[in-house]
Amino acid sequence: MIKSSSLRTILLSPRGGISAIVLLAVMICAVFAPLIAPYAYDIQSLRDANLNPSWKNWMGTDEFGRDLLSRMIYGARTSLSVALTAISISVAIGMSLGATAAYFGGAFDRLVTAVVDLTWSFPEILIALILIAIIGPGLNSTMIAISIAYLAQFTRLTRVQIMALKNETYVEATRSLGAGHAHIILRHLLPNALTPVIVAGMLATGDAIILEATLGFFGLGAQPPTPSWGAMMSSGTAQIFIAPWIIIFPGLAIAITVIAINLFGDAVIDVLDIRRQLRDS
Amino acid sequence: MALLSVTDLSVFIGRLKPLDGISFDIGKGEIVGMVGESGSGKSLTAMSVMGLLPLIGGKMTSGSIRFDGIDLATLPEPHYRALRGRRIALISQNPMTSLDPIIRIGAQIDQVSILHLGLSDAAARARSIDIMQQLRIPEAATVHGNYPHQLSGGMKQRVVIAMALAADPELMIADEPTTALDVTIQAQIIQIVVDLVRERGLSLLLITHDMGVVAQACDKVVVLYAGRVAETNGIDAIFGEPQHPYTRELIRCIPRHDQLRGSLTGIPGAVPSVMDYPSGCRFHPRCADALDICAGAIPALEQKAAGFAACHAAINAAGKVSAHG
Amino acid sequence: MADEAQAQLPSDNLVAVRDLTREYKSSGGLFSTVRSMRAVNEVSLDVPRGKVTGVVGESGCGKSTLARLVLRLIAPTAGRVMFNDTDLASLAPAQLRKLRRSMQMVFQDPYSAIDPRYTIRRALLEPFEVQGVALGKGEQEDRLLALISKVGLSPRMTESYPHQLSGGQKQRVGIARALALSPSFLVLDEPTASLDVSIQAQIIGLLEALKQELGLTYLFISHDLSLVRYFCDRIVVMYLGRVVEILPGARAEACHHYARTLMDSHFVPDPRHRKAVTPLVGEIPSPFNLPPGCAFAERCPAASPLCRRERPLLSEHATGHLVACHHPA
Repeated sequence: MIKSSSLRTILLSPRGGISAIVLLAVMICAVFAPLIAPYAYDIQSLRDANLNPSWKNWMGTDEFGRDLLSRMIYGARTSLSVALTAISISVAIGMSLGATAAYFGGAFDRLVTAVVDLTWSFPEILIALILIAIIGPGLNSTMIAISIAYLAQFTRLTRVQIMALKNETYVEATRSLGAGHAHIILRHLLPNALTPVIVAGMLATGDAIILEATLGFFGLGAQPPTPSWGAMMSSGTAQIFIAPWIIIFPGLAIAITVIAINLFGDAVIDVLDIRRQLRDS
Repeated sequence: MALLSVTDLSVFIGRLKPLDGISFDIGKGEIVGMVGESGSGKSLTAMSVMGLLPLIGGKMTSGSIRFDGIDLATLPEPHYRALRGRRIALISQNPMTSLDPIIRIGAQIDQVSILHLGLSDAAARARSIDIMQQLRIPEAATVHGNYPHQLSGGMKQRVVIAMALAADPELMIADEPTTALDVTIQAQIIQIVVDLVRERGLSLLLITHDMGVVAQACDKVVVLYAGRVAETNGIDAIFGEPQHPYTRELIRCIPRHDQLRGSLTGIPGAVPSVMDYPSGCRFHPRCADALDICAGAIPALEQKAAGFAACHAAINAAGKVSAHG
Repeated sequence: MADEAQAQLPSDNLVAVRDLTREYKSSGGLFSTVRSMRAVNEVSLDVPRGKVTGVVGESGCGKSTLARLVLRLIAPTAGRVMFNDTDLASLAPAQLRKLRRSMQMVFQDPYSAIDPRYTIRRALLEPFEVQGVALGKGEQEDRLLALISKVGLSPRMTESYPHQLSGGQKQRVGIARALALSPSFLVLDEPTASLDVSIQAQIIGLLEALKQELGLTYLFISHDLSLVRYFCDRIVVMYLGRVVEILPGARAEACHHYARTLMDSHFVPDPRHRKAVTPLVGEIPSPFNLPPGCAFAERCPAASPLCRRERPLLSEHATGHLVACHHPA
C-alpha cells in the first residue's frame, strides 16, 4: 500500500519523524505495560494518596495512593487498544458496506446512502452516547459505540472510491476474462481504494482516542480499577487544587498522542498526495 | 519577409528541456502545418509564440520569436496582451473548455471585437453574426443568443474559430482544432477554415498529428520529433521527397486503402520521453538509416534541396528515398 | 436480411448477430419524462471465420456498445448473438464464463486497461487465475515468456508496472492478456485510437501477424476509415445505432450516401489529391428522437419525401453488399 520509498520520505521529514517516534513510544508502553510499569496499576495505599511527583513516584500518586506513572502506562494500553480495535472494526465493516453498495448499486446502495447521510449529520459523540445508553457502559460497549460512530465516514469514503474505480477499463477487461464479482471487488477495486481509507482510519484513531477518553471521563468507558486516561482525568477533577498532576498528566498524554497521530497522518497524506480524495468524500 | 520567424527557440520547464533549437518561418498568407507525435513539442511551440509559457512554468532560454518585426521574447506583458487575441489568435484543441458555459455564445464573440477593435455593442453583434455566417453556422442570429451547451461539438468549435477571427488577426494558431471531433465534422471545419484563411490572406499555423489534414490544407510543413525540428519543407517536397528518415517513415505509417496487406509495420521502438532523450540525433535508435555518427553528434538543421533537414544520413547520402516509391 | 444471412452455411460464420438491440433510458429528472434511446438498433451481421470484419462509424453510432453486446459484457434488450452456433443468451453464467476463453477483447485505452497495482507478470497470469487454470511454477514461466515474446515485448518487462511502459507497450500487454487463454475470436475496440501514428502502425502490424499465426477471427471497431479499409475484409458502416451498409471488401465502392460522406471526409496523405469537401447540411438527429424515415435523410443530398416517410431496410445491392437506402448511388 505504501511503497518503502514513500515511507522513507515520511519518516525523514521532521513532522513525520518526530510524530513517529512519539507514537512508537506510546505503542511500546501499551504493548509492554507490565514490563515497563514500575508498580501494578491497582495497588492502593491510602497513606500514600495524592503524593507529589518524586523519585519514587515520577508522576506522583492518585487519591487512592496508586502510582500514576504505572496507571498512565496501563492507560495507554486501554486507550490505544480500544481506539485501534474500534476503528479497525469500523474500517472493515465500512469498506464492505461501501464497496458492495457502490459496486452493485440499486436499492441496497440507496439504503446504505440514506443511512450514511442520516448518521453523518450527527456528531460522533452523540451517536456513541445513544448507543451506550442502549447497551450499557463498559470497555466493550465503548468499542462497539466508537466503531459504529465512525462507520458512516468509512462507508462513504469507500463508496466514493469504488464508484470512480468501477468504471475503469481494467475492471471491464477483467470481467471480459470471465472474472466474477468477488474477484473484481477483492482483487481490483478494494486494493485500489485501500490507501485513502487506511489513512482516514489512522486519523480517525486520534479522534477515537479522544472519544474513548470522553466516554471514560463520564464513567461510561473502562470501569474501575482498569485505568484509562479519560477516567483518570475524571477522578483528577476532584483533586485539581490539591493534586493537579492527576489531571494534567493524562491530559498531556491524550494531547500529545492525538497531535502525533494527526501530524503523522498529515505527512502521509502529503507524501501520497491523496488530500483531494479524502476531501471529495 | 516572414510574418513570424522563430529562430533557435529553446524552452526549459524545470530541469527538462522539451524544446531544443526550434526554427521555422511563416510567411504572410501561408498555411504552415506543424506535425509530430505526442511529446514532440507542437503545443509548447504554440504556447511560446502566444507568450503563455509562464502559465505552465516554462522559460525561454535561447532563441528569438519575431512577429512582424517585433521581438516577442522580450516584449513586456502589457504589450503582449494587446497583441494576443488581436493580431495573433489561438484556436485551442478543446472547444468545450474554450467557451464560458454561463455566457451566451454571441456575447463571447462580441466581446472580442469590443475589446480589441473598440466597436459598439451593435456593430460588434453585426460583425459576429457576419463571421458566424461565413463559418456556415446555420441561423447565426439565433445561435448568437444560445448558450454553449445548446450546440454540438462541431458548432462549438466553429464558435471558437469565430472568436479567433473577430479581432481580425494576422496570424492564427490552431492547435489540433479538430482532434476532438468526428471525421465528417473535421473535414467540414478544415475546409471552412482553409477557405476563410485563404480568402482573407491570413497566416495559419496548423498544429496536427494527422498527415492527411496537412496534405489537404498546408503550403509548408514543419516536422517535429522529440523537441527538435526534423525537417521543414514545402508540402510537395515533404510528401514527394522527404529528406529526413522520420518524415519518410511517418508518412509510411499511415494506412492507405490501396496498400498491400502486411506492409504496414510502423516505426520500431517508442517515442522517447523528455526525461530520457537519446544522445545525438534523437531519432537514431528507431532509424533504419542510422550511421555511427548519429548516436554521438546532434545533426544541425541544414539546407537540403528546397527545405531544411537535421539528419547526418540525408546530408551524406546522394540518393534519396521517396515515400511514394 | 436476416433470412438471407442465415442461408449461408452456419460454419462459415464464427459469430452471427441477429436483430440485436440495446435500449438505454435517461432517468429524466424531476420534471422531465423518462426518455429512451437505442444505442444499437436491430443490428444483424455475420463475422466470417478467419476474416477481419470492420465496424466503422462516428461517435454515438453504437459501435462500442455493439462490441460489448457481441461479447455479452452487457445484455441486449432484444436479439441474439450466436457464437459457434451457440446462443449466448442460452448459457448459464458458469458456461458463459468458460466460453470467455474463446472470445476476448482488446480495449481502446491501454492506459487504464491494466490495474495500476499489477505487475505485467500478474496481469498476464490473471486470465489463468480467473478461469481456474492451475499452472505449475515452471509452466507459469513458460506461458508468460511465450505470451511476452508473441507480442514483441522483452522478458525484462515482466516485473514492470504499467506506468513504467509506453502506450504502445501497454497495448501489447493488453493484446497478450487477450491471447492468454488461446481464444479464436477477438473484438478489437479501437485498439490504436489513443496511440501515436508510428505506434498505431506497429500494433496493426502485430495484429495482422498474430491473426496469420494463430488463425484468429477479428471484429475490428474503428472510426478511422482508412485503417478499416486497409485492415478489414468486410466493412460494416453504422449510423445512429443501425447498420446502413455492409461492404463485401475493402475496395468496394460505398453506395449509401452516409458511407460515401464518411469516405469523402477522409483526407489522403498526398497533396496531389486535395479535394473539395461538399458541405453537409442539417444536424444529426437526437438519438432520443429519431425521425420515422431514414436517420440520414436530413443531411442527405439524395433524400426524397419517401426517405423521410419510410425507413429503408438493409437489402442486397450486389453479392454480399448490403445497403439500407432508397436511392443508393
